[in-house]
Amino acid sequence: MQLAKVIGDIVATRKDEALHGIKLMVLQPLAPDGSAVGRTLIAVDAVGAGVGETVFFVRGKEASFPFYPTEVPTDAGIVGIVDQIDVP
Amino acid sequence: MQIARVVGTVVATQKHPKFAGAKLLLVQPVGLDDKPRGTPLLAVDSVGAGVHEKVLVVIEGRAAGEALGRKGAPVDAAIIGIVDYVDARE
Repeated sequence: MQLAKVIGDIVATRKDEALHGIKLMVLQPLAPDGSAVGRTLIAVDAVGAGVGETVFFVRGKEASFPFYPTEVPTDAGIVGIVDQIDVP
Repeated sequence: MQIARVVGTVVATQKHPKFAGAKLLLVQPVGLDDKPRGTPLLAVDSVGAGVHEKVLVVIEGRAAGEALGRKGAPVDAAIIGIVDYVDARE
């Protein structure tokens, strides 16, 4: 899992049927100090995250597990909204 | 998932049986600024995308197989949506 900031969302009318009703968010992965690292990506949202929030997301097939038994074709999914990060 | 631009179509007569009837498109991943990012790749299309369209591409084997509606298909990328617009700050 990785930290990221939600920096936007995507509207797609025509999409795979299993994606209907699921939010697609634009993520910028973050380093623990809050700086941007790596490429932006699109992830499905399983927790109701909004633009501007810091979240953590999972990569791979596991990203579709929150929607089980629907088999959502995704490779990244937001699975938590971060309240606080403490790096001593 | 990545945003990509469809740049071409691919026809292959001789292919794995699991590809039967699948549409293969050549896609170029792009950044939020619409600039090409990385090398183009081949993706199966499950939504009816066309050349020049901006699409959502899933780059993961099992998810791509699901998009195609076939388990155990030897694919690693699939187009799963056509992007109407991207609303991103930063």
